[in-house]
Amino acid sequence: MFVLSEMKDVIRVTPEHFHQSLSESITTLLNRKLANKVVLNVGLCIALFDITYIGHSYIFPGDGSSHTEVKFRYIVFRPIVEEILIGKIRSCSREGVHVTIGFFDDILIPVNALQHPSRFDETDQAWVWEYPKGDGEKHDLFMDSGESIRFRVTSEAFEESLPTGPPGTECPVQTIAPYRLIGGINEPGLGLLSWWESQEQDEDGDDNEDQENDE
Amino acid sequence: METINAHAAFLCNYEVMQILQQLKDSTQKKHKREGSLATVTYETVHYLQDTECKNQSEQSIQKFLEAIKKFKLTKMEKLMMVNTPPRTELEIQLIVQESEERLSEEDVRSIIDIVNEIFPAIAT
Repeated sequence: MFVLSEMKDVIRVTPEHFHQSLSESITTLLNRKLANKVVLNVGLCIALFDITYIGHSYIFPGDGSSHTEVKFRYIVFRPIVEEILIGKIRSCSREGVHVTIGFFDDILIPVNALQHPSRFDETDQAWVWEYPKGDGEKHDLFMDSGESIRFRVTSEAFEESLPTGPPGTECPVQTIAPYRLIGGINEPGLGLLSWWESQEQDEDGDDNEDQENDE
Repeated sequence: METINAHAAFLCNYEVMQILQQLKDSTQKKHKREGSLATVTYETVHYLQDTECKNQSEQSIQKFLEAIKKFKLTKMEKLMMVNTPPRTELEIQLIVQESEERLSEEDVRSIIDIVNEIFPAIAT
């Protein structure tokens, strides 16, 4: 779920921060620049892990700041495709189920990756898995928001985002998410944690049902 | 800014939790609050607190990896097992690809036993 990414950057330390040690200023500046931001094709940056290299500092004419080349490693949220994660349902809509894992919200489980057969309940605004009971009847399993859900990451998408205008100006706010994950729960064992917990108690029934789902 | 290697190493949830908690403690001492860093560490720690890594330790993870060495799992599968310890056959099937061919029934059962021994389930 989390990886370390090696990156390289030139850090500009302004003169008012010269009283701090260089590594301290670099840490602060890198965290200010990257924490809670998505880097294209890297992932969601969480926090600085370590600094592996600090080059010479240079002062350029007309600028009192020092410019230092640094190499560092950053903790990045970037789940591997196929990884199993546990999150919470944020909301349900016609597009599918929106999942959050607290610090990252742009996870969608599309309709075609829900357990089959599922239907969307308009009154409750929730997806329902119509679990077949075998005797022709079905058991409705609701996916209410706030429930814990286990899902498999099936794909990821990065979107180049444009800079936003200066604060206070009326410019069209870009709402596209820079990093999105697409998940799936159409395998036995995936879905709400409570769906599978209750079945563990009667082991025999559990095994039979799994095999049915595999086929 | 340049990315040298986007996938330099994997971190398990426990390691991230440790690093972020240290970070949280040290910034609280200095009374320095960096907006976005504080937000993301708070939210991440909040999420990780509800996962199994809360009850893990360096020793227990090492012991677990040592114990499951003989099953010839991939690095990714082992990482997932540490992050979300499997307690049922179903969960192993999800984590391990083609588990039916690669693991015998005894293997699956012994993995569950190892998990339950080293990472005891949290009473909820």
